[in-house]
Amino acid sequence: MIVRIMGEGQWTLEDSHFDELNKLDDELLAEMETGDAEGFRRTLGALLDEVRRCGAPLADDALEPSELILPAPDATLDEVRAMLSDGGLIPG
Amino acid sequence: MSGVMKRMGMIFRAKANKALDRAEDPRETLDYSYQKQLELLQKVRRGVADVATSRKRLELQLNQLQSQSSKLEDQGRKALALGREDLAREALSRRAALQQQVTDLQTQHETLQGEEEKLTLAAQRLQAKVDAFRTKKETIKATYTAAQAQTRIGEAFSGISEEMGDVGLAVQRAEDKTAQLQARAGAIDELLASGALDDPTGMAKDDIAAELDRISGGTDVELELQRMKAELAGGTSQQAIGSEGGGTRQQAIEGGDASAQDQAQGSTRHKFDKQ
Repeated sequence: MIVRIMGEGQWTLEDSHFDELNKLDDELLAEMETGDAEGFRRTLGALLDEVRRCGAPLADDALEPSELILPAPDATLDEVRAMLSDGGLIPG
Repeated sequence: MSGVMKRMGMIFRAKANKALDRAEDPRETLDYSYQKQLELLQKVRRGVADVATSRKRLELQLNQLQSQSSKLEDQGRKALALGREDLAREALSRRAALQQQVTDLQTQHETLQGEEEKLTLAAQRLQAKVDAFRTKKETIKATYTAAQAQTRIGEAFSGISEEMGDVGLAVQRAEDKTAQLQARAGAIDELLASGALDDPTGMAKDDIAAELDRISGGTDVELELQRMKAELAGGTSQQAIGSEGGGTRQQAIEGGDASAQDQAQGSTRHKFDKQ
């Protein structure tokens, strides 16, 4: 599966890694919903590190759609919340 | 999976599909998408340039502050050498304030540098993607055009396409026009033959002339027949005479054949000339 970290690029991940990533992802969502900025930052960092550690980076000129997308490492809770709101990521 | 990753991915895809659905021709969509990517790349590059400009401005400010700081340090040292401790204290306290600004600016500078590196990397990555997309786009467009052409050919052969319908109509129109022209040509022939139309070539004749021709043609035939009969009858008697000698010339003259007559006269003349 191909995962994009916004602003960084894409990684190819084996499906076997998804159990661990899912746990972190659910945790991240919970922290976002409760507004736990500190926890959000920590979990996001852990999730991104896990993707970078387990995945193989995709070549810059590869044109593969990402199946999963993760916020940039420096994205704040508010920014991610805005991205996931009805307006979505791309305006219009 | 229902976390942030999944939701972000879904939003991305939904938006991308929505954008793609807007255009009907996939080639236009590809070109549009490429154009958007170029614009995005341009924005990123502009962002890199802006950050670099800010970083340079900070560097200049830092240099100025540092030279001011050194100057104050020198002034403090001089003041102290001159025994003016109060002045030296003033210079050093100003220097301390400047140093605080320098530290703040250095932190900002580092942040900007990090941002610039990140943006530069993003721009390079984006450039590679855009280049790859352009190549792929052209391939897809060519394939699409070829597929479209194949479809058109197929449709043309089966005669189901609208264009083929048009061609069919054109052929029909051409056939109709040909038939019409043929009919008109036939009519013109008839009109020319009847004398109702003047023949610009002068070949056709009116009905009176045609009848006169027919009659005179018939007369000629009759005359010809009579002449031939006379020739045959006369020929038989002349053959007997001719066989007795000098009959050739006489036969030619009496036969009424003008060319033979001329030939005979000519040959006679020729003989006389020689003599």
